[in-house]
Amino acid sequence: MKFLTEYRNPEVVREYLDELHRTVTQPWTIMEICGGQTHSLVKNGILDLLPKQVTMVHGPGCPVCVTPLGIIDEAIYLAENEGVVLCSFGDMLRVPGSEKSLLEAKAGGADVRILYSPLEAVKLAQEHPDREVVFFAVGFETTAPANALSVVQAKQLGVKNYAILASHVLVPPAMEAILGDPDNVINAFLAAGHVCTIMGMEEYFPVVEKYQVPIVVTGFEPVDLLQGILMAVKQLERGEAKLENQYARVVQREGNLLAMQTIEKVFEVSDRSWRGIGTIPQSGYEVSETYASFDARRKFNLQLAPVEENKDCIAGTILKGLKKPFECPNFRTKCTPEHPLGAPMVSSEGACAAYYHFHA
Amino acid sequence: MTKLSIQLNCPMPKLDFDIITLGHGSGGLLTHRLLDAGVFKLLANEFLDEQHDGALLDLSGKVAFTTDSFVISPIFFPGGNIGELAVNGTVNDIAMCGAIPKYLSLGFILEEGLRMDDLWEIILGVKHAAAQAGVQIVTGDTKVVEKGKGDQIFINTTGIGVVHPAADIRIGRIRPGDQIIVSGEIAAHGIAIMSVREGLEFETDILSDSTNLNFLVKNLLDKLGEHVHFLRDPTRGGVATTLNEIAKKAGLGIELAQAQIPVNEQVDGACELLGLDPLYVANEGKFLAIVAPESADEALELLRKDGKGKNAAIIGHVTENHIGQVLLKSKIGGRRVVNMLPGEQLPRIC
Repeated sequence: MKFLTEYRNPEVVREYLDELHRTVTQPWTIMEICGGQTHSLVKNGILDLLPKQVTMVHGPGCPVCVTPLGIIDEAIYLAENEGVVLCSFGDMLRVPGSEKSLLEAKAGGADVRILYSPLEAVKLAQEHPDREVVFFAVGFETTAPANALSVVQAKQLGVKNYAILASHVLVPPAMEAILGDPDNVINAFLAAGHVCTIMGMEEYFPVVEKYQVPIVVTGFEPVDLLQGILMAVKQLERGEAKLENQYARVVQREGNLLAMQTIEKVFEVSDRSWRGIGTIPQSGYEVSETYASFDARRKFNLQLAPVEENKDCIAGTILKGLKKPFECPNFRTKCTPEHPLGAPMVSSEGACAAYYHFHA
Repeated sequence: MTKLSIQLNCPMPKLDFDIITLGHGSGGLLTHRLLDAGVFKLLANEFLDEQHDGALLDLSGKVAFTTDSFVISPIFFPGGNIGELAVNGTVNDIAMCGAIPKYLSLGFILEEGLRMDDLWEIILGVKHAAAQAGVQIVTGDTKVVEKGKGDQIFINTTGIGVVHPAADIRIGRIRPGDQIIVSGEIAAHGIAIMSVREGLEFETDILSDSTNLNFLVKNLLDKLGEHVHFLRDPTRGGVATTLNEIAKKAGLGIELAQAQIPVNEQVDGACELLGLDPLYVANEGKFLAIVAPESADEALELLRKDGKGKNAAIIGHVTENHIGQVLLKSKIGGRRVVNMLPGEQLPRIC
């Protein structure tokens, strides 16, 4: 676990901070895309150490936060079906649907299980041939390969009682949605290191080109983040717009080809609704026709009525970086992790929860 | 899996049943057979031998009294079992009152179908832990519930202890400037349990830290007496939750230095992989001592002399600032709030 100490070395952190202070001459607004980065920035107290000219805004890269209410309702509907075992990553359990959360459904008797890997769910399906096992396949490009692999594996093994409820979203279209917004305030992006580990960097070149915005592929440890911020600020100060890779120890330009092939096999790109933001064209994955029998939506004929978001929640404004969580009138009052109005207050990667838990 | 760290030389007698049935809770012949073979023989002492409805105890002075229920799953875990845990948990709660634990009650709620050899193993765990802590099981109860109405075995233990003559452990005695000491590396119990939970299994050597703390505490009180202002064992919810409770109740603030908090490297790595914060992970063999600043170094030295306290560390202090809040200075020098968790700590997606 070398990265635990090496990339958290206080002296190295101090050096980058000093250089950042020396480099910056004017105000810049930088968005970190990924919720994991938000979490690390806040948890390590980095925000307070940055020069006051550098404002970090927290992007929509929390898969839990952007999963629309309707899909959570679908998951709850499935979980409450007696024949179904609904498996999910832990984070999703507390997110409120339109009436309740998966955790509440579980308390009411639904069979909801927390797993770390969809492959475990396939195993579970093999062990319980009399039940239908559904994996709530949430995430960005990062979790897509494992979710796709579970479907491929289930097909190979002839496991018929397994399906996924896909809720996958893609980063580049979301960046474009933010940059295309007339109210956009973002000068540069830290791209999500883990997403790029899978997908590589190619799809970010056109974004840099079109919007003339610096993008730095960045990791998650304090040293990673500060280095990424410094690289972005240097570009901005020089008036450049390039795609750079801070996370080169992990991310390769071409990405993980095998993982991408697996994704392509199982998923196809589709329009997707993002909680708080709305529909973004070509910004999600759906199970392809070839694997239709592993698609929970088709298998269980899910056609739930569309639901309305809570009007008091300004999640969209937060996720686009237009407001900070504490600028929301309901922050810490009507909206807390115990009684969240929206997902960013629930997930450990959500900007609101990060501020609630860690910010003084 | 090794069920018990120290195997005791008490093989299970030959019984004409190998699983628990409803009859074992009936109070009739089956109950007697179970208790005679299992409980009374293994845990024998002058009080229990009476087999009366309750125990008659001779206690003088101020008494500490506590109860706790144990519903852990799985019932056998790396480094212990539910039986040991049930004894250590209550022993430690008494110790945290500044008392010397003496007597425990033992209440079993068994689920129909529990394997007799598992129950035997658990009672051995009780026996072992009680002997280690120097306490006696003096009264008890056994009930059996239908299959599906329990989770193999639940245990309740209630304990009585005599307050140490030099102890005055109260929240009201915490003062600004007091130092906060943790008796060793945190988060091992929670991670050991996680490592064997269904669907989360991962390879690790991490063992639960379940152990008694009463001798460690007694030693501290013998030497430092009233300079020890407060004691708590950070079990469920971990160090973060316990310190939040203390800050709120005491009406003071707490400042922690992340760099000083002892966490075993493997535990830290597992927390990282699982997306958990060790500050919120349960401990079953650690305590927090809040001591007068002038006695902090001596307290630390005393703890470190004992094997159970060898990794003890001063992790923070009490302050008049930010009342009711716990602040943490991160390793890299930033500051953040350490809040209470709204519910269970849930693993992250990625």
